[in-house]
Parts: sequence; structure tokens; C-alpha cells
Amino acid sequence: MEKQVVFRSAWLPYALVAPQVAITIIFFFWPAAQAVWYSFQLQDAFGLKTQFVGLQNFATLFEDSNYLESFKVTAVFSALVGFFGIAISLLLATMADRVVRGAMAYKTLLIWPYAVAPAIAGVLWAFLFAPSIGIVTYVLKGMGVDWNWIIKGDQAMLLVVIAAVWNQISYNFLFFLAGLQSIPRSLIEAASIDGASPTRRFWTIVFPLLSPTTFFLLVVNTVYAFFSTFGIIDTTTQGGPSQATQILVYKVYHDGVKASDLGGSSAQSVILMIIVIALTVVQFRYVERKVQY
Amino acid sequence: MNRRFIQLTAAALTTLAATWPAQAQTEIQWWHSMGGALGEALNGLADKFNASQKDYKVVATYKGQYPESMTAAIAAFRAGNAPHLLQVFEVGTATMMAAKGAIVPVATVMANANEPFDPHAYLPTVVGYYTDLKGNMLSFPFNSSTVMFYINKDAFKKAGLDPNKAPKTWKEVLAAAEKLKASGQECVYTTSWPSWMHIENFSAWHNVPIGTKQNGMGGLDTVFTINSPLHVRHIAMLGDMAKKGLFTYAGRTNQGDAKFSSGECAMFTGSAGAQAGIKKAAKFDWSINFIPYHDDVKGAPQNSIIGGASVWVMGGKKPEEYKGVAKFMAFLSRPEIQMEWHTTTGYVPITQASYELTRKSGYYDKNPGADMPVKQLTNKPPTENSKGLRFGNFVQGRTVIEEELEAVFAGKKDAKTALDDAVRRGNEILRQFEAANK
Repeated sequence: MEKQVVFRSAWLPYALVAPQVAITIIFFFWPAAQAVWYSFQLQDAFGLKTQFVGLQNFATLFEDSNYLESFKVTAVFSALVGFFGIAISLLLATMADRVVRGAMAYKTLLIWPYAVAPAIAGVLWAFLFAPSIGIVTYVLKGMGVDWNWIIKGDQAMLLVVIAAVWNQISYNFLFFLAGLQSIPRSLIEAASIDGASPTRRFWTIVFPLLSPTTFFLLVVNTVYAFFSTFGIIDTTTQGGPSQATQILVYKVYHDGVKASDLGGSSAQSVILMIIVIALTVVQFRYVERKVQY
Repeated sequence: MNRRFIQLTAAALTTLAATWPAQAQTEIQWWHSMGGALGEALNGLADKFNASQKDYKVVATYKGQYPESMTAAIAAFRAGNAPHLLQVFEVGTATMMAAKGAIVPVATVMANANEPFDPHAYLPTVVGYYTDLKGNMLSFPFNSSTVMFYINKDAFKKAGLDPNKAPKTWKEVLAAAEKLKASGQECVYTTSWPSWMHIENFSAWHNVPIGTKQNGMGGLDTVFTINSPLHVRHIAMLGDMAKKGLFTYAGRTNQGDAKFSSGECAMFTGSAGAQAGIKKAAKFDWSINFIPYHDDVKGAPQNSIIGGASVWVMGGKKPEEYKGVAKFMAFLSRPEIQMEWHTTTGYVPITQASYELTRKSGYYDKNPGADMPVKQLTNKPPTENSKGLRFGNFVQGRTVIEEELEAVFAGKKDAKTALDDAVRRGNEILRQFEAANK
């Protein structure tokens, strides 16, 4: 039987959670409800004329081949960001875990990029890869690569993926490092006495024991790729060229803020909301259950 | 005690009364998007107006770039505290115009304030963009530029071309491009603002419509016509140039400017406003010219259209404040003020008188090419196709056009398919706008 500590006062617990509830309502539920409400409306930019149009905004969206294209772009982008973000940070974490001397310095340096805001990360990489003046462009040109992401969609995608992955690696790294440190040394030692090579030890012992962490990071990274990469896109490609990097959240911003199409933009954010709710459900149902250290 | 108090109060009231006129100054809020040197020039205008009279005070506030300040003003309007004046870029014109109740036409403001106002004093191509079909000026054309054609004379010399003879037609551009390429020029031609140059101005310059209903000025039920054979031919030519390495795409905004001023590209189409930057950065000899045209098109070249922004008067303010707004607009129209703005910023003068005044001052003799934009804008009296354009949600519309152009330049779509798609997608946006503003 678990021991439970309970408040004796009837109102105190409510008073203590009230600020958090208030914040959640004001900053999450209220805007979300408004988005749902606006998604059923057709409104001019200034809000002078409002018509209720039911599901028409949604119908228009799904008839629009470019919106469906944006889904595809988002899927490719998230898959790339998720895969490389996790793979590279796992590699770095295993390496950092083995380092004996100066481990703290390596770890600190690897965590730093997380302190950089996505918008800044975007600008940094855009500078390095700038078609005319970028230093990486210069090197690539020397190698015979025609680098110009202003017009080449694949290269633009590569650029935003690199910036997004770089920005997220530290976060993943921290979780992997913690996961690695919680793996019992005795297991690994026993395996090496049995003559298992480091690679073998990694794939048969370390990787399976890290699976809850990996799965958790997969969900977190997907959500990251879906939403938090907005700053990177906005400061580099702005969705271009020819929609090659127009992920869903960027389209919501462009249509709503820049093009003042509030109804269409709200409908898109409602769809995004549904996607993220689904992702959260997956996380809670499957990840939380399987976590076992 | 009591008497003392009364005395004090009386004294205070007298002091208050003495300073009353200063405090009674009516404030006029002006939100704008002029950063850097342009912002300083704008503040200079506001200061000059404030110093010229005592009743009104114009407070100019920088609110970020064009789309940002427009969004900010829309949000402020929804919350009930919009500024009196708002600078809006030309593609936002239809959105502002449709928002009756949110704005007051400039013509109305001037008439109500009994401020002398003659719409014919303004350059027709400039003012036509912001005037309704009845001839009422809706917004005040504040900063207007147009697209120009620049060449690097040194690169021309190196390629064995006559640097004093800039290509006049696209045929000549192609011929020069081949020679420049052969001389080792890596980037031959580039452009800033691809839709503004190669669709909007291209149409006006060749006197073909961008959309029905006088380019949208005649009503909301307009449709795009930018997939005409001439448009297809021109965009196909650009796509072909891109494939051959004769045209380097630089991006959707002014990224082309730096490619020209750094000497990377030898030919360039961009805003007349790019001159200031080129003057500062270019380490080579260059010239500014009329944009090229296809010489087999009848009537070409017509006249180019403007870009830039105008100042809108927002609705729901006090009559006293509108009086101040009218005074300020009249002040801005003065020839000497316009000349100052024109010569410090490079934007075109908006009245005939200010153009004449600048010419008489000898400014154009000292700065050859500075009058080219005005000459190009007034090349011929504007037609229905070259007055300007007014499409709802054209911020989105322009993005669509640019996306489709990029597909052509990247070799992913042929010009016909891309322009057909641009028309289809653009028309969807127009219908949506029509439905929202019925």
C-alpha cells in the first residue's frame, strides 16, 4: 500500500493549482477554442464582415493540392529531422559516455547548441550556406557542387534539416547520456568477458535498454519538427523555393499573419492540433507503459 | 488657510491656462515601415511638419516591415485603437480598400477639412494605383519606385560590348548575355522581385492585362490573365536562360541587389530604390536604363507601374484629428518637401510640380539617371493595363506566382503549366477574397 499525503484544508489544493490552471486556460484553451471558432468562419482582414461557413474552410483545404503537398513536405522533413537528430545524438552520447578524461568539457560543449534559439540557428546556417557569400558554398563550389538552395528545393530542404537537427541534438544527447548512465555496468562487463565486441554489446544490450528513451525522443522530435522549427524556416527559406520547405506550421503563419486569411489559417491550425493530440495519445498510451529502467 | 488654498489653485489654473495651447496639440499617430536611412528621412518630414505649425503633432512610429506593420494595424483596429495613418505596401491596397469602415478615402478627408486638393497635380501612373474608378484618391502615394534595368559597364567592356549601349529589347539582352557568358562572366543576369518585374511590370510595359476588370480595379470578380501566349513566351525564355546559365535566380525579394552591386552579375532588374545601395557598394562603372521589351509586341514599351507604399487614413477618429491629417497630407504634397524626399531617398516625386522643381534645381544633371524612373513611369499615358493593379489578398497571390516561377526556373515545370497553375491557384484566392468581402 502506498502512503498518501493529503491536504487537510478543502480549498488549499485548489488554490495552489489555480495559477497553473489559469495559465493553461488563458494561453492554451482560450486560443485553441478561438481557432476552432474561426475555422468555421469566413472573415475579411479587419473583421468587419463575418460569415459562418461551416466546414467550407476545411473542404477548400483538402481540395487544395498544395496543402496536401505541404503534408508530404512536413512528413519528409520530420522523418529526416527525427532520424538524423536521434542517430547523431545517440552516436555522440555513446562516445561521450566512454570518454574518461575531460568528459565534462565534451558534454558541456555538446549541450551548448540547445541554448541557441531556432531563429538564430537558421540565420547561422543560412550564412554558412548562402549561395553567393557562404563559406560552405565556397568549399562546395571548389568540389564541383552547384550549391544554390534559393532555387534548388532539395538543397533548401537539406539546409533546414541540418539547422533543425543541429539545434535539437543537444536535447537528445542529454536524454541518451542519462539513459546510458543508468544501464548497469555489470551487464556490459559480463558481455565483454563473454567476448562480445563493442558493436555487438551496443546492439544487443545498450540499444534495447535505451528503447524507451529512443521512443520518447522520437515523439518529442516529431513534435519539435512539426512546430518549433518555424523560426528556422522563417529566417532561411520562408517555405520556398516553390514550396519545397513549406511545412504545415509555416503555412498556418503565412496564410494567417501575412496573407490575413484568418479562416483558412485557423482551419489549418485545428488540423495541426488534431495531429498533435494524436501524437500525445500515442506517447501516453505506449511510451509511458514501456518505460522501465 | 482657506484663502491661501484658493490663491494657490488660482495660480495653478493660470499657469495651466498659459501652457494650454501646447498641451492641446492634437496628436496624429503614424505607423510606418521605413527603417534605417529611410526612417530618418521620414522622421525628418514629421519634425518639419511639427515645427511648421502649433496645432498638430505627427508621431511617427516604426512598426516593422510592411507585412508586420499592416498586421499590427489590423490587430490594433480589431482592438479599437488603430493609428490615424498607416503606411501600407502596394500589394495590400485591395485589402485596405475593401475594408470600408476601417479606412477613410484621402479625397474625403481633404474635402471635409476644406483643404485645397487637386488630384490632377499628381503623376497619373503614381496616383492611378491608389485611385478608384470615379477618380477619388483613396490613399496618399507616399513612397513610390519602379523597376529599372541596370548594367555593369566594366563587364560589358570586357565582353567586347559597347558599355554605353545598354540592351533595349530582350533580343539584345540575349545577344549580350551570350557574349558576357563567353567572356567568363559567371552570373550574367539576375532579378529582384520576380513577380513584380516579370509578371506585373512586364504586363504593363507590353500593355497586356494581368487580370480582367482593368487589372482588378473594376471589381472583385476579376480573374488573372497571366497565362497569355506572351506571358508564357517570356517566362519560357527566362526558364531557357536559367538552363543555359544566362539567368541566375536570386530569390523573391531584393536579394538580386547584392548580386549586382558586388559585381557577381552583369545585368540586373530591380527597384529604382536599389540605386543608393549600388552607388555605395559598386566598385565598377554602371548605368541605369529602361527595362527591356519584346520589340515585336505592338505598342511596347508602354509605361511601367509603381511599387512601394501609400499612406492610408484609418476610420473612427475625431473630426479635429482628421483636420490635422489633411493638413499633413497637404504639407507632404508641397513641391519642396517632395523634392527633398525624392532626392534623399530615390523614391519618385509624386507631383508634376516637384518633378519640375527638381529638374530646375539641376539635380538630374549632377546625378545622371536619377530621372529615369519618372521617365519610364510616364513613358506614355497609362492605359487600363498599365495603371496599376488591385487584386484581393495579393500578398498570397504574389507568393503563388513566385512559387510557380521558381518551378520554371528550377526546370521542374514548363512555362505554360506553371502559369496555368498560377492562374488557377490565384483565382481561388480571388474568389475567397470576393466571398469574404461581399
